[in-house]
Amino acid sequence: MTTATTEAAGHAAESAAGMPQLDISTFPNQIFWLAVTLVLIYLILSRIALPRIEAVLAERQGTITGDLAAAEELKQKAVEAEEAYNKALADARAEANRIVAETRADIQAELDEAIARADAEIAARSAESEKAIAEIRASAQEAVKEVAVDTAKEIVAAFGVKADARAIAAAVTQRMKG
Amino acid sequence: MAAEADMMEASGPAIDPMYQFTLKPLFGEGPIHWYTPTNATLWMGIAVLAIIGLLVFGTRRRAIVPSHTQSVAELAYGFVYQMVRDVAGKEGVKYFPYIMTLFIFIIFTNFLGLIPMSFSVTSQIAVTAVLAVLVFVSVTLLGFYLHGVKFLGLFWVSQAPLALRPVLAIIEIISYFVRPVSHSIRLAGNVMAGHAVIEVFASFAASALIAPIAMVGIVAMFGMDVLVAFIQAYVFTILTCVYLKDALHPSH
Repeated sequence: MTTATTEAAGHAAESAAGMPQLDISTFPNQIFWLAVTLVLIYLILSRIALPRIEAVLAERQGTITGDLAAAEELKQKAVEAEEAYNKALADARAEANRIVAETRADIQAELDEAIARADAEIAARSAESEKAIAEIRASAQEAVKEVAVDTAKEIVAAFGVKADARAIAAAVTQRMKG
Repeated sequence: MAAEADMMEASGPAIDPMYQFTLKPLFGEGPIHWYTPTNATLWMGIAVLAIIGLLVFGTRRRAIVPSHTQSVAELAYGFVYQMVRDVAGKEGVKYFPYIMTLFIFIIFTNFLGLIPMSFSVTSQIAVTAVLAVLVFVSVTLLGFYLHGVKFLGLFWVSQAPLALRPVLAIIEIISYFVRPVSHSIRLAGNVMAGHAVIEVFASFAASALIAPIAMVGIVAMFGMDVLVAFIQAYVFTILTCVYLKDALHPSH
């Protein structure tokens, strides 16, 4: 009965003051439940939530660092690969140039040889031809001489003079030389 | 004026803006003993469940690429962790779980208090006073534990002229002991005022004449209360960090 009256009085005072927060009779209750709540939250945070979040963040940091390192490594590899490629390209180019020069030299040598051979053949042929021409000329000269001697003998005979064959031949030879 | 007076007369007794802060037993009527489950108990319990939902259930997959809930949990962690480290220094990180407990409790009860018809735990001066006194006592004890008598150097401004030092020491001591008062009343006062003003606007809405204005007022006040709910949790936490820094490094 007494508590009920005090409460009624308390409520009356409350509505008069207008602030239920200042009703001291509720303080022990609020403080008790607040203490329970805070201890619960502290236990949940310190035992489960915070270590877990910390681990997740650390793991993420580790993953990011690892990924960055891997990316750096891959980049290094790419640079190396490019260098190797460029080197191979340069090597190939040099090799190609070498082969081209070699082939050119080979062809030049072959060409030179062929030209020399052709020249030699031409020289041989022309020598042969010259020889043939000289022979022909010589035989033609002989024939002309013979014809000239015969003709001269006949002309001299036509003049009625018995000519000496040897003298005529000598005269013709003399003339042909001059 | 007349309409307003009419309205005040009509709704004044019907809607008491402070009634929402009254503690009521959850089950039946009767006096509130220290163990009686009340509406405050209910909303503290809901806060604990919500905290478990966000910080434990939300992070259960421990994903490297976090889900939305996990992101929020990590954000809260990072926010408070950074605050403790920036304000209290590296030595303060040891006390991070305690400060995180405070911040999480205040911000959850603040935001849960914004749900219509709910009960705002942080509007109760008994609750905020306990929080502030907890901070005050533990920080003071920590200061004496770490530095012994040298902790009193906090009140002895060694850069000031010698003649001024005793005066400054008195001012410093007074301001030190006022800390828990301002610390607790700031939080409870802000939360209570916001809720009470919404309730007042709501009582105005009973009159058809000014109902639209009252509704706009409710929406605006609610928006402001959302800000206040966060800012007051932040302010309470950062002040705790500042006091912790004083305990860790008392020299001026």
